[in-house]
Amino acid sequence: MADAALPVRRGVLGFLINARGARAGRLHWTDWFTYLYLGLGLIVMFGPVLWLVLSSFKTTGALEEFPPTFLPYGQAYAEVEGHADPLPLFTVTHEDGTQQVMAQIRRLGIVSQMVDPADPDAGWIRVPIDQRVPYREFHFAVENYTFLFDQFNFLRYFWNSVFITVVATLITLLFNAMAAYALAKYDFKGRMTIFIFIIATLMIPPTIVLVPTFLVVSEMGLLNNPWGVIWPAVATPTGVFLLRQYMLTIPDDLIDAARMDNASEWRIFWRIIMPLAAPALAVLAIFSIMWRWNEFLWPLIVLSRSETFTLQLALNSFQGDLLTQWNYLLAMTVLTLLPITLVFAFLQRFITTGIASAGVK
Amino acid sequence: MATLSLDKLVKRFGELEVIHGVDLSIDSGEFVVFVGPSGCGKSTLLRMIAGLESVTDGEIVIDGDVVNAIPASQRGLAMVFQTYALYPHMTVWQNLAFGLENINMPKPEIAERVHKAATLLQIGELLERKPKQLSGGQRQRVAIGRAIVRQPKIFLFDEPLSNLDAELRVQMRVEIAALHKRLGNTMIYVTHDQVEAMTMADKIVVLRHGYIEQIGPPLALFNNPANRFVAGFIGSPRMNMVEGSVAAIAEDGVTVDLPQIGRITATVTADGLGVGAPITLGIRPQHIHVGAEAINTIQASVRMVEHLGADTYFYCDLPGDHAVTVHMAGQSRVTAGDTIPIALPAPDCHVFRTDAGEVALGRLG
Repeated sequence: MADAALPVRRGVLGFLINARGARAGRLHWTDWFTYLYLGLGLIVMFGPVLWLVLSSFKTTGALEEFPPTFLPYGQAYAEVEGHADPLPLFTVTHEDGTQQVMAQIRRLGIVSQMVDPADPDAGWIRVPIDQRVPYREFHFAVENYTFLFDQFNFLRYFWNSVFITVVATLITLLFNAMAAYALAKYDFKGRMTIFIFIIATLMIPPTIVLVPTFLVVSEMGLLNNPWGVIWPAVATPTGVFLLRQYMLTIPDDLIDAARMDNASEWRIFWRIIMPLAAPALAVLAIFSIMWRWNEFLWPLIVLSRSETFTLQLALNSFQGDLLTQWNYLLAMTVLTLLPITLVFAFLQRFITTGIASAGVK
Repeated sequence: MATLSLDKLVKRFGELEVIHGVDLSIDSGEFVVFVGPSGCGKSTLLRMIAGLESVTDGEIVIDGDVVNAIPASQRGLAMVFQTYALYPHMTVWQNLAFGLENINMPKPEIAERVHKAATLLQIGELLERKPKQLSGGQRQRVAIGRAIVRQPKIFLFDEPLSNLDAELRVQMRVEIAALHKRLGNTMIYVTHDQVEAMTMADKIVVLRHGYIEQIGPPLALFNNPANRFVAGFIGSPRMNMVEGSVAAIAEDGVTVDLPQIGRITATVTADGLGVGAPITLGIRPQHIHVGAEAINTIQASVRMVEHLGADTYFYCDLPGDHAVTVHMAGQSRVTAGDTIPIALPAPDCHVFRTDAGEVALGRLG
């Protein structure tokens, strides 16, 4: 009864800081445990992504620093009169113990030639390299990103990826839904056999069929063509299975009612089955988008001309045998992750509403 | 308005035959009820008429045309399902209009028909709602509305009231009967509830194990059941049945001997049975009189009494481990444990053979 008098926390914040011991004014040990567990989970799940994003704003120099920093600190540079390029700044400890920020003109062995950037006319002095540490400042290397658009054909690769993902997903949904509907609702001889055959293909690793599929695609003249990536991908046993299982739960009476309502079989599929299977279609759509967007091996084989590259292939091109341009690679990875994150965030909400509306009879 | 006839209709699922050569003819405007226990094939028969199940053998004739090969969508029938089968993602309006859109009816005409049906069924204010926002009775109305807008030749109802509560069921029963009067369409109604069958039907078809047991108007079935199954199935509480044998055959009826109970005379013909032949005597609780009469009076010990106010039911034991239910209008002071004389009026006694079919003996007069 005493509990009823205490204010109940409402809203999002109230939900987030809700705790078992909250009403007693102290946190229960289970609250501590929950926070610890959730906090660890957050670090494990989100830490790498955060590090990736922060690192994508680091300059090449900052990336190669050891020990690595979390935030994009980088060596500061200054324009110094009489020098064409900006010079790196260092904090120099003089022999008398005073410290000064100076620009390094060049380094010879264990000695650097340093100049005061505020007073370049005073001339340079020699400083042993152990008497100086890099002067670092907080710096977002936005140029990592602008490069992708200015110098690198990012939009082209982005379009290739989007085209393949969207078209392949649409065709996947259509084909798999048709197969699933037939397998779920039409009674024909060999239905189970066909279904088992389709499911059985899951046991064959994709690498096994790589070469035969390549030969087929090659014979059809689809090499270096986005359709060469799309067609082999649209029929997925997982999708057929997922949709079939869902469609089994759609009552037969609805289909019979539609038949009594003069609906053609195609119309029943389109107007009754597809809308009712929306939650399952949304799940498959998410899968398909992730598969196609992240696919690497198959596009790598089919697409060899750079203008047909998908984002994943373009990313790969930053990685060379001798030199890997980590700053661009990381920036582009972030851009590649963004769309799929948005898609997931959007479709996930669609799934929950879909299930909520389908769950009530 | 349409006539329907079934000619030696057979349905097999693989090896299993569930409908065994059914013959039936239904006149235009008739309200026909298929009734029978679950698994008797009544729903299968209805679905065959609808075109949702294929016909193994025999013919379905609608308005003189054999429709065996015509798909459900083109038979011009409408069906109301037990589960309502409303399209959950469409509003009531869309549910009603779907069938009309499928035949490419112009929009104004669709609107007119939907409004007309909605007015008739008093669902006008529900048109923008989704099925899940409706109560059971409202869903049922929408399901009926979906059938009405199509202006079908024949309405088919597949146990439409079995998902409703008792009160609503009585109300919808009356409404469907009224609807039939107003529209005048041929209607076929499937139910396992004999009360629904009795109250609504012009003609009842009693089915069991895929055979038609009897066809006829409700009172004909009640008063003259063709066999023991129909006698037991129609009427509530059930007809009392006691096994016995033929004791004597006379001009004015047959006297049967019920072991340890006594001799009862029934005004039926012997139909070839001889003295000593085993029979079953049946009499409805409503026909039994409490009190001794000149003939057919036996003693029953009362096990339980149900006082319903206007009626009283006695559940009695007879010698030889038989039970009998007796109905009495009004109220009674008889209590459990009493022994009362009960009389079985000869014209109300039914006698059934005990061989295959358990056919009723013909009635005199």
